[in-house]
Amino acid sequence: MPYPEQLVAPMRAEMRQMGAEELKTPAEVDAALGDVRGTTLVFVNSVCGCAAGMARPGLSLALNRGVKPDRIVTVFAGQDTDATSRARQYFSDYQPSSPSMALIRDGEVVHFVHRHQIEGRSPQVIADNLAQAFDKYCGATA
Amino acid sequence: MSGHVFHPGHEELHGVTVVVTGSTGRTYVGRYHERNQRGVVLKDVGIHEPGNGLPLEDWLERQRKFGVKVDERALVVPGDEVVDVGRLEA
Repeated sequence: MPYPEQLVAPMRAEMRQMGAEELKTPAEVDAALGDVRGTTLVFVNSVCGCAAGMARPGLSLALNRGVKPDRIVTVFAGQDTDATSRARQYFSDYQPSSPSMALIRDGEVVHFVHRHQIEGRSPQVIADNLAQAFDKYCGATA
Repeated sequence: MSGHVFHPGHEELHGVTVVVTGSTGRTYVGRYHERNQRGVVLKDVGIHEPGNGLPLEDWLERQRKFGVKVDERALVVPGDEVVDVGRLEA
């Protein structure tokens, strides 16, 4: 059952403030991820204060370090369930968890951050992980 | 962040994905909830049975890379079966 929208609104806003595009329907997901070239980071948002509460600032830090994906999009697990299910079809080799992040380049998942790689880690450590992936897959010579 | 309490007010491992080694040869990967008089309570648990499918280390590596394939939403590993509990992601 979804949480009250007023509870999750700040979590949505945090994503928008770092330039992420919210995808709330399967059609919006398909438009963003289907047959798209370049690099896209998909952030599967979550109400979990401890994991998502570290993951969102971690992503924000990584996006301010230099190289970054062409596009950041987000779906909200447990809230926008149809959109989240559709997004997960684009990285179906990976078991669902939230929060989690998939870096997709030319339709292929090149880096994935599971919830278990976020738990108990600081935003700086999460940012380090992401920044390394951005350097590797999103730079001019990637 | 070793020593960091993930969910304040709970045990250090609460909410963290762990590997529980069982004396029966079974290995469990799941989110640690608590340890009580019945045993270790896990959520969203994958179970490795010895001699069934991938060798343990390969199975654990697969859980790390692709995420935990959930066999049980919640279970208790009986206390007398628990040999070791540690983080999946070292």
